[in-house]
Amino acid sequence: MATYKATVGKETFGFPTLAALLAAATPERSGDHLAGIAALSEQQRVAARMALADLSLSVFLNEAVVAYAECEVTRLILDTHDQTAFAAQPARNVGDLRNWLLDPAVSGGDILAASPGLTPEMVAAVSKLMRNQDLIRVAHKIEVVTAFRSTIGRRGTMATRLQPNHPADDLAGIAAVILDGLMRGAGDAVIGINPASDSIANCIRLVEMLDDLREKLALPTQSCVLTHVTSTIDMIAAGAPVDLVFQSIAGTEKANEGFGLRLADLAEAQEAALSLGRGTAGQDVMYFETGQGSALSANAHSGVDQQTLEARAQGVARAFRPLLVNTVVGFIGPEYLFDAKQIIRAGLEDHFTGKVLGLPMGVDVCYTNHAEADQDDMDSLSVLLAVAGVNFVITVPGSDDIMLGYQSLAFEDIAFLRETTGLRPAPEFEAWLANQGPSVGAQPLLAAFERIGVSA
Amino acid sequence: MKEPTRSTRFDKLRRLTPSRVRFDASDHAPGLDAVLDFQASHARARDAIHRSVDWDSIIADLAPHTALRLESKAGERKTYLSRPDFGRELSDRSLLALDGMRVEGPVVVLADGLSSFAVQSHGAALFQALTALIPELGNAPVFLVEQARVAIADQIGASVGATATFMLIGERPGLSVSDSLGAYFTWAPDPGLQDSRRNCVSNIHANDGLSIRDAAARLAWVWQEARKLGTSGVTLKDMSGMQKAIASERSGE
Repeated sequence: MATYKATVGKETFGFPTLAALLAAATPERSGDHLAGIAALSEQQRVAARMALADLSLSVFLNEAVVAYAECEVTRLILDTHDQTAFAAQPARNVGDLRNWLLDPAVSGGDILAASPGLTPEMVAAVSKLMRNQDLIRVAHKIEVVTAFRSTIGRRGTMATRLQPNHPADDLAGIAAVILDGLMRGAGDAVIGINPASDSIANCIRLVEMLDDLREKLALPTQSCVLTHVTSTIDMIAAGAPVDLVFQSIAGTEKANEGFGLRLADLAEAQEAALSLGRGTAGQDVMYFETGQGSALSANAHSGVDQQTLEARAQGVARAFRPLLVNTVVGFIGPEYLFDAKQIIRAGLEDHFTGKVLGLPMGVDVCYTNHAEADQDDMDSLSVLLAVAGVNFVITVPGSDDIMLGYQSLAFEDIAFLRETTGLRPAPEFEAWLANQGPSVGAQPLLAAFERIGVSA
Repeated sequence: MKEPTRSTRFDKLRRLTPSRVRFDASDHAPGLDAVLDFQASHARARDAIHRSVDWDSIIADLAPHTALRLESKAGERKTYLSRPDFGRELSDRSLLALDGMRVEGPVVVLADGLSSFAVQSHGAALFQALTALIPELGNAPVFLVEQARVAIADQIGASVGATATFMLIGERPGLSVSDSLGAYFTWAPDPGLQDSRRNCVSNIHANDGLSIRDAAARLAWVWQEARKLGTSGVTLKDMSGMQKAIASERSGE
C-alpha cells in the first residue's frame, strides 16, 4: 500500500511512509545503503523527489518520522513548532518552499522569520529537491550572528576554531600549537580542545590553562574543553573557568542515549554556564557538534535517512541558543559518506539546513584516511562553504589532527580563503590581530607565551 | 628544488609537539617540502588500507603452528569499507570450512582490518609472544581472515566452540602511524554480543607505540583474570589499577 507515489517514464513508484519517501529522495550516500533505506534505482530517486515536491507541508505536522511517544527529540520539535510563523509563510508544499527560498525577493531575514514555523524534517525535505548551487545560494542569504567575547557570523566574516589537540594532553605541546595558530590568525570562533582523557581533573587542568593564556594575551575569544555535558556541569560546580558548554547531539532520543545524553542535561548545563556571566560581547554559551550517520552508528536511526536525522539534531541545537554548531561531516567514515562527492554534498546540506533553522553553522571540513577523499577535495569544499557564508571552520596544524587521527583544514588554509574570498575574522579578533601584529612579527605574542613558561 | 631555509628560531617550540606546526607568520602557501611530506604520509596510510596482505609469508612466520585462511562476506575492499556489517560475517565458503571443527580452549584470529601493514608487520610476532605466555593457544590453528571487522571473531569462536578469542587486527591508519595493530579479547564468543564484553589493547607498533612484549603481557593478564571471573569486558577493566601495578612490577624487573 503506497501512500505516496509518482511516475517516471512508464513506471509508477510508491512509498509507504514519509520516512521511506524522504530516504528515497536523498542524493546517494553509503549510510542510507547500510541502513537499507536508500533508493533502489536512480529513477526511483527522482520519482521520490517528484512526490516530495507535491507533498503538503502540513503532512510533516501529522506524520512524525520517529514516533512522538517514543522520542523526546520528536516531542521537542512538535511541541515548540510555531503555528503562526508556519501560517505566515506562503509555501504550501515542499516544492513551493524550494521556490520561495530561492526567490531573489525573499531575504535572509524573511527566511529567519519563517524558520520557527519550519520543522527540521521540512527543511531536510526541501534540501533533497535542491542542487548544490541552490544550497549555497539560500544559505548565503542568511546571516546568523552570535556572540560571547567575539562576534561570529556577521556578513563578510568567517571565523575559525583553533583545535590544538595533543595525544597526551601535554600543556606545553598544546600551547605551542595555539601559538602557531594565533600567528596565522586562527582562533576567533573558539580555542577548543578534544581532551585525550575525559577525567574531570584533566579537563579542569586544560580549561584553566586555556583561560590563563587567554587572559595574559587579552584574547577576544572563548575557550572550550570538549567533554561530556555532565562533566562540564561538574567542572562549573568545581569553580573551573568554563566559557562554553560542549555536547555532541543526534537526531533521535535513542541515539542521544548512546551519547549518555538527556535533553534536560543541556538545559541544566546552559543555566550553569550562564550563571558565570563570562561573556563580554554576548551570552551565547552552547557549542554543539553533529554529523550524518551518528544515529545509524548507534543503531538508533528508526528507518529515517541520515540527512533528515541530521536536521533533527539541528532541531535540538536551536532550542538552546548556541554560539557555535558544526557538522563533523567527513569524520564519521566511509560507511556513512563514502567519498568526496558524498562528503561535499553532505557538508553543503548540513550548512544549509542549519542556517535555515537559524543556527550559527560551522563545518569541520575533514576526511579520514579510509574515505575516498584528499586535500584537493577539502580545498573544493572549503571554498564552496566560504562562498555559502559558513560562520566558522575548524583548523589544525598542517591539516593533521594527531590526537583524533583525521585531516581537517590547516591554519594556512584560512589565509588562502580570506585572500581569495575577501572574508575577514570576527571584528574583535581582527582588532586584536592588528594590535598584536602576529602577521608582521610574533614578538609580543612570544613574550606573552614566555610569561606562561613556553619560550622559543 | 631547494626550499628556503626554515627559521631555526622556533625549534624549541617545534620539539614540544609532534603536530605539523609551522611557526611562520607569513600568509604564504606551505612549502613544497611540507606538501610532499604530507602526501607521503597520506599515501602510506592509503596503501596500508588498500594493499592486500601477503598471507603466505605470515603462515611461514607462524610455524610450527598451523593456520586456516578464511574470508568475510565483504569480498573486496570497496564493499568492506562501505558495509561494515559484511565484514563481521564469514562467507558461506568459510563457514563450510569450519563445519564440524572443534577446539579446546582459546583461539587467535589474525585479520587485515583497516591496515594490512599492521598484521603483516606485527601479527605473527604477537601470536608467537602470546603463545609463549599462553601455551593453550598452540592447540588450535590460527585463523587468518581477510576483509574482516573485529566482531567476525565472535562467529569463528562460537562456531568452533572456543572458550575465548584473541582478535589481532589492523587499526585505522593515521598520518604518522600506518601499521598499528589492535588486540581484542572476548570470553565466551557469541555473535551479536556487545562491544562492552571486549577488552582492548591498542596502539601496538614500533613507532613509540606499545611493544609486542608488553602487549602480550597485558593480554595474558586479561586471559588469566577472565578465566577466574568467567567473563571479559568492562568487569575486567574496573581492575585496571591492578593491571598497572603488574606493569610497573614488570618494568622493575
